[in-house]
Amino acid sequence: MANAADLPLAAAPLRTWLGGMIRLLRAPLRDPFAAVGTLIYAAFFTIALFADFIAPHDPLEILFRLDGNLARSEPASWQHPLGTTNLGRDIFSQLVIGTRAALVVGLTAAVFVALIGTVVGLVSGYFGGWIDSLLMRLADVALGIPFLPFVILIAGVLGPRTSNVILAIALLLWPNTARVIRSQVLTVRERAFVEAARVTGASDARIMFVHVAPNILPLSFLYGSIAVGWAILTEASVAFLGFGPSDRVSWGYMLQDAYASQALSRGDYNWFVPPGLCIVLVVVAGFFISRGYEEILFPKLKD
Amino acid sequence: MQLILPRLAQMLFVLWVVATLLFCMFRLMPGDPTVAYIDSTFTEDQIQQLRKTFGLDRPLPEQYLIYLRNLLVGEFGDSFHHRRPVLEMLGSVLPNTIILTLSGLLVAYAFGTAVGAWLAWKRGTWVEAVTIPTVLTLRAAPEFWLGMVLLALFGFKLGWFPSGGANSPGALFPNEWSRIASQDFLWHLVLPAATLALYLQGLPLLLMRSNMLDVMGEDFITMARMKGLSSWSIVIRHGARNALLPVATAFALGFGASIGGNVVVETVFSWPGLGKLLVNSVAASDYPVAQGAFFIITVVLVSMNFVADLLYSVLDPRVSHGQRR
Repeated sequence: MANAADLPLAAAPLRTWLGGMIRLLRAPLRDPFAAVGTLIYAAFFTIALFADFIAPHDPLEILFRLDGNLARSEPASWQHPLGTTNLGRDIFSQLVIGTRAALVVGLTAAVFVALIGTVVGLVSGYFGGWIDSLLMRLADVALGIPFLPFVILIAGVLGPRTSNVILAIALLLWPNTARVIRSQVLTVRERAFVEAARVTGASDARIMFVHVAPNILPLSFLYGSIAVGWAILTEASVAFLGFGPSDRVSWGYMLQDAYASQALSRGDYNWFVPPGLCIVLVVVAGFFISRGYEEILFPKLKD
Repeated sequence: MQLILPRLAQMLFVLWVVATLLFCMFRLMPGDPTVAYIDSTFTEDQIQQLRKTFGLDRPLPEQYLIYLRNLLVGEFGDSFHHRRPVLEMLGSVLPNTIILTLSGLLVAYAFGTAVGAWLAWKRGTWVEAVTIPTVLTLRAAPEFWLGMVLLALFGFKLGWFPSGGANSPGALFPNEWSRIASQDFLWHLVLPAATLALYLQGLPLLLMRSNMLDVMGEDFITMARMKGLSSWSIVIRHGARNALLPVATAFALGFGASIGGNVVVETVFSWPGLGKLLVNSVAASDYPVAQGAFFIITVVLVSMNFVADLLYSVLDPRVSHGQRR
């Protein structure tokens, strides 16, 4: 058995879910990268929550000028902070409302990815044997399926709905999480407090979810935070390719709209640059948070 | 041989599962089960022919076996919209995709490894403090959005490069090789390949940097220092050579992954490749083409994962694949 000091997770076992949560929440305070990432998330979360109050117009409303003409391709002004689209829709309002779609897809998909990955990793690592082989072969298959083409196929065959995009992401992104959690469980299950629980007659389920799970919670969270960015990128790509819902404004929808309306050849940078920047910010925030957690969870990686 | 066989078996297993998934997916769709191969606009003769090829009037298990046999010989049926065999359509776009992916990857990996090694040298300086967040940000940018910005700037505003396609409209070439070697083709290639390279450079860069940092701490580097070799010689001949191994593996993995990820870049630049074909066929419910394109992309991805595994064990003698030392 490995020496306790060599374990990647901090030495003291986490006996309760509360302990795991506290360690999670303390992390961003210690690492500047994680702190910046958390701040960005918090900002977008606030915007998504109050989107209806921040957005000056309905994102799909066709606006007219005072003289009765369509307000098409207006430059930025006080009335339209980012100008309007070629059909007279307010770009800033679309950007603000689009935050919601991004966060909903990102967070839901991330929860599924972390949940499936954690449960599969726990079961696989704890039981071992044929269950482990079966689940890990399944992971190999999921890793052998081309990601974006699969999401497109699902959205194309099952219909262009947000739920299908989330489904496809959840189906393919869990293996990385599961593999890491599994290897972690392999070391945790050998430790004295798990042995003690077994001796007192605790059931397998109880040992897995009450004794082992809190110790791998930070890892689930780490992989969940990476998945948020991936999911948002994927949703945007799928919407850009035209397989997103057509009645729901998202950043990918805006970029698709701009591309299809020749905003590129007209040089309407105010239209297609902001949604891309927002995606970059959210995804970078995910990278920063995961980087911060990595350095706290695996201090060895720190140079 | 001992290390190749299990990996080969695993690769075939993955392909079999994907093929089965495709079979089920297109037969569980609402409507006529023949929808995967037969369109209502086909002629009676054509329908009879396709029914026979795919055994569509047989029971489902038999259809499944016929389907697997057809996949093995590359029989994907006919396109609904183009009335051409799917295999022929796939063959005509494959060179475009492979050239785009390879040129993007080569630029990304040449740039990434060089800058990564340099950054390891510059560790702890302001150069690192500026470059690392920039690289992370570029990696976070959606590929298609990078392409849109490049297209707006260099395609439309400055007019340096064409705005889409792989060849100028109406250009005729005697054969495929002269088309690909033409200046016209290379000119069209620049922007999409640059987009791909910008998106992909982060991985080799970060990988090379951390490998260099690891390798430079090893005993044989200290040994080289003690022998009095120049720092340049240490970095290039001893450090970089060893740090390059994982980068080579990542290149193979990257090739497999990019073939699928190219979907968005090819769409932005209307590049007639595998990804664009997949998007168009799914959007137009041209199911035989969609199935064929998806399967070919999977084959490339899975075989590149296989190659990466082999490369890893061949290049790095420390990996023994469970054999006795």
